[in-house]
Amino acid sequence: MKLTHHRTLGFAYLTLSAAALVAGVLLSLLMRLHLAWPDWPLPLHGPVLPEEYLGLVTLHGTLMLFFVLTIAPLWGFGNLILPAQIGSRRMAFPLLNATAFWTTVAALLTLLASPFVAGGSPISGWTAYPPLSAIAAAGPGQAAGMDMWLASIALFGLATFMSAVNMLTTIVCLRCDGMAWHRLPLTVWGWFTAALLSLPAFAVLLAALLLLFCDRHLGTGFFLPATLVVNGALAHSPTNGSPLLWLHLFWFFGHPEVYIAILPGMGLTSMVLANFARRRVFAYRLMIAVMLAIGVLGILVWGHHMFVAGLSPFAGSAFAISTMAIALPASAEVLSWIATVWGSRPRLPTAMLFALGFVSLFIAGGLTGPILAQPILDQYLHNTFFVVAHFHLIMAMAGIFGLFLATYYWFPLLTGRTLNERLGRLHFAGTIIGAYATFLPMHLTGLAGEPRQYAQLTGIAGPAGALLAGTMPLQRFITYAAIFLAVAQITFFANLWTTLRSRTRCSQNPWDATTMEWAPEALDPIATEYPEPQTHVAPCEYSLDGANFHPQWLPFTQPEGPE
Amino acid sequence: MLLMQAATLGQRFWRLPADAAAHGPALDRHLLLNLWIVLALLALAHVLLMVGVARRRAHTPPRRQALIEFLPLAGLALLFAFLSAHAEALWQTARYTGADPAALQVEVTGMQFAWYFRYPGADAIFGVTKPELVAPGEGNPLGLDSTDAHSADDFVSSQLVLPAGRQVDLRLRSQDVIHGFSVPEMRLKQNAVPGQTIHIHFTPTTPGSYAILCSQLCGLGHYRMAATLRVVAEPDFEAWLAQHNAGVER
Amino acid sequence: MPAIFTPPRTGPHRKDSRDKLGEGDHGAGRQPPPDKRTGGNGDGDNWNDRPVGSRGPRERLTQTRIGLGSALAGDLMFFVALISAFFVTKSNGHFNPYGEYIYAWLPTTIPKILWANTVVLLLSSATAEMARRSMFREHDVMDEWFGLGRPTSRRASIWLAATLLLGMSFLAGQWNAWQQLAAQHVFFRSNPSSHFFYLITVTHALHLFLGLAALVAALAVLRASRQFATRQIFVDTTVWYWHAMGALWIFLFVLLEFFQ
Ligand code: HEA
Ligand code: HEA
Ligand code: CUA
Ligand SMILES: [Cu+2]
Repeated sequence: MKLTHHRTLGFAYLTLSAAALVAGVLLSLLMRLHLAWPDWPLPLHGPVLPEEYLGLVTLHGTLMLFFVLTIAPLWGFGNLILPAQIGSRRMAFPLLNATAFWTTVAALLTLLASPFVAGGSPISGWTAYPPLSAIAAAGPGQAAGMDMWLASIALFGLATFMSAVNMLTTIVCLRCDGMAWHRLPLTVWGWFTAALLSLPAFAVLLAALLLLFCDRHLGTGFFLPATLVVNGALAHSPTNGSPLLWLHLFWFFGHPEVYIAILPGMGLTSMVLANFARRRVFAYRLMIAVMLAIGVLGILVWGHHMFVAGLSPFAGSAFAISTMAIALPASAEVLSWIATVWGSRPRLPTAMLFALGFVSLFIAGGLTGPILAQPILDQYLHNTFFVVAHFHLIMAMAGIFGLFLATYYWFPLLTGRTLNERLGRLHFAGTIIGAYATFLPMHLTGLAGEPRQYAQLTGIAGPAGALLAGTMPLQRFITYAAIFLAVAQITFFANLWTTLRSRTRCSQNPWDATTMEWAPEALDPIATEYPEPQTHVAPCEYSLDGANFHPQWLPFTQPEGPE
Repeated sequence: MLLMQAATLGQRFWRLPADAAAHGPALDRHLLLNLWIVLALLALAHVLLMVGVARRRAHTPPRRQALIEFLPLAGLALLFAFLSAHAEALWQTARYTGADPAALQVEVTGMQFAWYFRYPGADAIFGVTKPELVAPGEGNPLGLDSTDAHSADDFVSSQLVLPAGRQVDLRLRSQDVIHGFSVPEMRLKQNAVPGQTIHIHFTPTTPGSYAILCSQLCGLGHYRMAATLRVVAEPDFEAWLAQHNAGVER
Repeated sequence: MPAIFTPPRTGPHRKDSRDKLGEGDHGAGRQPPPDKRTGGNGDGDNWNDRPVGSRGPRERLTQTRIGLGSALAGDLMFFVALISAFFVTKSNGHFNPYGEYIYAWLPTTIPKILWANTVVLLLSSATAEMARRSMFREHDVMDEWFGLGRPTSRRASIWLAATLLLGMSFLAGQWNAWQQLAAQHVFFRSNPSSHFFYLITVTHALHLFLGLAALVAALAVLRASRQFATRQIFVDTTVWYWHAMGALWIFLFVLLEFFQ
């Protein structure tokens, strides 16, 4: 139980992200309640002020994207599973690993403290566009609160940087004998690509944060034009800077970041589908190439967040093309998923159900991507709830499904018990119904013109008020659905609780999985009495009828000769 | 004719607001096309998924990679290419070229949390504005410099009034933070970035009053940074102009 | 649960799957054994029989090198971002309300001492390299392997100490440069160009502080650590980091000197 041991850290990361997630969920429910019933005063608090709503949105987005969907799949399950999956018994740099974890803790605490400083939490969203984020006078929470946000994200960036270095080195150096690159499970490829992306992405983010800090406290104006009039007061900047510079730097980070959040889930889904379909992942090597392609292209598409932000229209066209290009590898993934399960009559334990759910949500959320990628359509849809629907389906919900999938799939490995199937199915049904019921209608309110980050949709005069008020019935429905979705999670936690307290142990490889982490000694911290792990075949070696399988760690019984 | 009906039906199904701009119908048609295609793909993908799961186990796993992977991929590539090509054409007509010289000039200024619309007046030239003169209290929200000859006849309105059927050339500016000038019924959206003047042009067609929203988070009043666009017939517009010019003379 | 064994029919299906798509996998193919030039404690055990990750010095060395390499690659992007901001800001002129063209960027005159500093830093890289080389000279290190005194380490510590001194004098030189600018009333706040001059030099100086810390650590390890391999690794990593910072400085210096 060493504090630098990767299993310990893995569980610690999961606990951390679970805490962040619970907070983020509660915030999102508050947001939904306020959007549906803006006049309803919060018990023990009174009416929700506009700046408070924006604070909720900012914290919700930051918590969920950074502290849930970045650390849980990558560093949480990464630490727990990755070493075993490549046949190693350790991560490359345990000390670095632990340092990164505690830095993340500090980052989370800083963020959670931001609502309680003078002026309250920052209100400029997770994208923190200047000048709003650069000038303290621009709004409540933009003084101390914004500084807390900056500090938190800077710490988080440093931590991610360290963890990424650790993970990359582990994958490159610590693969056991025979674990050639083409035999790495796609899960590892997902982690690898994500870690690879996060190095440049977070480095650029850190630079941007540094510049923003200078603008806020050292009198520079990298993101500030020569003169501004911010609520009555004149603000001069020596530099005639441009807010667009921030947008470029931020989205250069921001777009890779959202792929970082989903890549591990994609890899795991491929492997789990193949596991329960009991055959090899369809077009295995192509999928490896595709993941790397997504990683590379992900660096070239940031401008699709800026079509109407003041870019030249020509740049808009260019980014539209690169964005359409990235939709293709993603589609290739989807096709491979469908082909893998096609006509396989798979067993459908809860883990498999969540894998199929991941595919469904990825398609549903992904298909709206190419729509948004067309500048002329984005000039209508930008910053409407259509976008919110897009990224909640493909990122939020698919990402969360990835986490559930990992939990149900690896639970036997980590605890020796399988989660209860009946509760599991109940949980799956509740979650997928809730997810679609919550986020599909958002497309409609978005198409009806509802903008994001609006503290309320009622009490606005003129045609604007009429336009927004038109969406209220749907708003209420969405809120009910969101509450249902959150409540459905109780079955999950109930399942964890009851299973962890039960005595029944499951067999050592209940899913007939073929990857290294299921080898008998794989997770034994000090397995000296066991022979060193060795890989003999590619993952997912099943006989054609699926009755038999050959795990990666087993040597061939009959001598291998070229037939 | 039939297409028009289909379009209106589609608009109702997808809850698009009314469409009152010259470039609107084409945009809507393309948007609806996209939406229907995506819906079809979504359904198809799910059918394939469920059938695939339900079907009897095949004796050989699928291996015709060319058929199963690259063929559909090529299809999707063509589809995406077609869609973006069409969208690109619309985008170019909307954005690549500036407004024609005869277009009506209006300056739109965003500030926390209101929109102001400045008409150049009789001389058709906007006067100088200076940040240090900005004083919403004294009715000079834009900091108009009264010593400047051109600014004498400029007048500032809190309502955007436009003649139907005439192209308008908006110059977007912001005094403090980034705002988003958004008119859903005109299928129009463009950020106003402080320190920059961004031109955007369009032609309102149907008279009526429409919503102007702010589509870029700009502070606690973001949600109420709304204004009204009134599209009126040409003569009414002339009358409105005359009355305001008179107001300036006095 | 079915028995686990090599399915009989995988033979043919492997053959038809080993086609142009390169799918399928005949179970051959292990990684080449790691070469152990710094290894071989002479106790006759073969490190290849140990699990990956505990295969002796050479493996640990490559591991730290790769870790360092990826970290530096990311770090480079940090400076690339700063530099792109540099050029963007440099190109920002504008018209004020009076129609005058304002161009705030006054190129900072780089104090001459920076040339000297650069030379010093290059020298320090050379001494560092000497230290690193001496840690890996085969025939010298042998007796140290057997624990008969540590002549190599001692030589290395001298070179490292020299590097430390040179590094400190570089930072002192940078400090002096900042003093000179301050004397000319060029401060961080003064104008866009000076923002970047300070931003870049200071961030680089911070990186060098890390380097100094690493040098001190390496010296300490050279004295304290029993394991020769550990000493080698500390020196090697530190020196490579130091080289990287030197190269980065050349890059930044050229930028500041010639691209204002
Ligand atoms: C996990 C996160 C994630 C992922 C994977 C994606 C994937 C994609 N995103 Fe998304 N996006 C976000 C997270 C994500 N996005 C977030 C968080 C935002 C908002 C940021 C903010 O402003 O706060 C955003 C915003 C966003 C915008 C800006 C919208 C705006 O602000 O105006 C755009 C525009 O181009 C875009 C495009 C795309 C595209 C083209 C993809 C493509 O990669 C999608 C590829 C997938 C597919 C194309 C589906 C494949 C399936 C099929 C093709 C079906 C196959 C059919 C059969 C088999 C029959 N996204
Ligand atoms: C991972 C990302 C993530 C997740 C999961 C969510 C989840 C939810 N979000 Fe989130 N949201 C964002 C990311 C996310 N969001 C971002 C980035 C923004 C933009 C912020 C900005 O504009 O700056 C945003 C903005 C946003 C808005 C727009 C606000 C506005 O612009 O006005 C709304 C409004 O309805 C909303 C609602 C919800 C709801 C109802 C959920 C519900 O799904 C909540 C229900 C919760 C669950 C279903 C998850 C439960 C899961 C577990 C308990 C798993 C635990 C298991 C393990 C850890 C193994 N979100
Ligand atoms: Cu102005 Cu939002
Ligand atoms: Cu993106």
